[in-house]
Amino acid sequence: MIQEKIKLAAHDVNLWFGQKQILKHIDVTFPERKITALIGPSGCGKSTLLRAFNRMHDLVPDARIEGRFLLDNTDLYGGPLSATQVRQRIGMVFQKANPFPKSIYDNVVYGLKINGVPKEQQHEIVVRSLQESYLWEEVKDELNKPAVRLSGGQQQRLCIARTIALRPEVILMDEPCSALDPISTAKIEELILKLKEEYTIVIVTHSMQQAQRIADKTVFMYLGEVVEQGPTASIFNNPQQELTANYVHGRFG
Amino acid sequence: MKRKLQFIAEWGSLLLSTAAVCCFLVVILWDIIGKGLPVLSWEFLSSLPTDGMTKGGILPAIVGTVSVTLITAISATPFGVCCAIYLNEYAQDNWLTRSIRASIRNLAGVPSIIYGLFGLAIFVQALQLGTSLLAAGLTLGLLSLPYIITTTEEALRRVPASTREAALAVGATQLESIRDMVLPSAISGILTGVVLALSRAAGETAPILFTGVAFYINNPSGALNQEFMALPYHLYMLSTQHQAIAEVRPLAYGTALTLIIVVFLLNFTAFYIRYKHRSK
Repeated sequence: MIQEKIKLAAHDVNLWFGQKQILKHIDVTFPERKITALIGPSGCGKSTLLRAFNRMHDLVPDARIEGRFLLDNTDLYGGPLSATQVRQRIGMVFQKANPFPKSIYDNVVYGLKINGVPKEQQHEIVVRSLQESYLWEEVKDELNKPAVRLSGGQQQRLCIARTIALRPEVILMDEPCSALDPISTAKIEELILKLKEEYTIVIVTHSMQQAQRIADKTVFMYLGEVVEQGPTASIFNNPQQELTANYVHGRFG
Repeated sequence: MKRKLQFIAEWGSLLLSTAAVCCFLVVILWDIIGKGLPVLSWEFLSSLPTDGMTKGGILPAIVGTVSVTLITAISATPFGVCCAIYLNEYAQDNWLTRSIRASIRNLAGVPSIIYGLFGLAIFVQALQLGTSLLAAGLTLGLLSLPYIITTTEEALRRVPASTREAALAVGATQLESIRDMVLPSAISGILTGVVLALSRAAGETAPILFTGVAFYINNPSGALNQEFMALPYHLYMLSTQHQAIAEVRPLAYGTALTLIIVVFLLNFTAFYIRYKHRSK
């Protein structure tokens, strides 16, 4: 792999929910402006790891986190950044599209409003974000329509628009296509590949094909540990660990 | 054959129970509407009682019930909703919050006369409000609190976690996420609960008995520090405490019908809010 800048990293991370340890000694890096896929069987901790990067566990009372999470060598926990500042720089797209119960326009503009983007810039950013998420042509005449009336795929692209409106540095995606049909999935994948030019993307996926289609780097997790990480091609074609080989060849999972 | 008989017996008992319940409702409404409707007129609703309450209308009682319910709404809703927000959104699940929740549930089961005595001790005497509209309204507020808290909490619980996460993910604080996303999603459930709690409070007699309701007031002012008349108490008084019981009987029916209409209107409002929200 060519030397590339590390955008996001976790060092020796352990995470517990109550007594149960979910993540064990995680060491993982995500290169800048690349797509990294997190794969592994259900319950291996990949979503938990993803959510830890934008501090979604802060509100879980019995969650306990050890280790360091770094964005450009700045600590995400216990450092200079507040949880809201972390989430402005690291956006998140969820497994099930979760538009706000508001209009399409308000969905995108909400983040701008609460983060104090000047009013006169808001409209332009909303339009640009909808264009960049390939949604503009479909919704430009009905921006006041409730977002929940959009199709599942459109809702997910709206959630992506809402995220990129804030110009984050990293976008985390938690199985963004798992509830979508193949055509909507293809559109989202095309969009993700385009977003790579500007953003560092981490995507949790259950689909090996999806990981191979879009990811530059792949991280394989199993039972709360990172088993192997590296360029996608080598993870799938030349895995170093037997466990990885068994998983990517569909022998378990 | 045996199963068929069993089936008929089971269905029959379910049907019979339902019919019996409906039957009671129909008989009560039939009686009250039949005897109350002839009395009901604009005159009856808009004039003062006269001739030792054997003639005239019930305006002071209507004004009293409406104003005491308003005070109940104003005093109980903010507390109740805020308390529910705290319990559902912030409080951790431990023995303390569990016992707070249990206390609130138990509070809902306390007989209303106890609220009346409590109101007398706290608002009328300790806080020196005297027997007044304010003291009675606050007492009814206490009575409504557990209902408002419980229904609001249920409405908040129905808002999916993904809505909260979505707001946090675009950089909202927890407070902003509740204010901008959770409350608007839950508002119809909250309003429904509040209105139903108020409709119950409006029909209560015991809590206002010692705290501010009066036998007769000839100028319904709605002033906070004055005693007031209220529909349920007026009805009680006309039906049992008046010496000319035969003469005032039609007035009592008119009052009963008015009270039922007020409570029904409140319930209808709650129904309408829910319906409107669902069709949206």
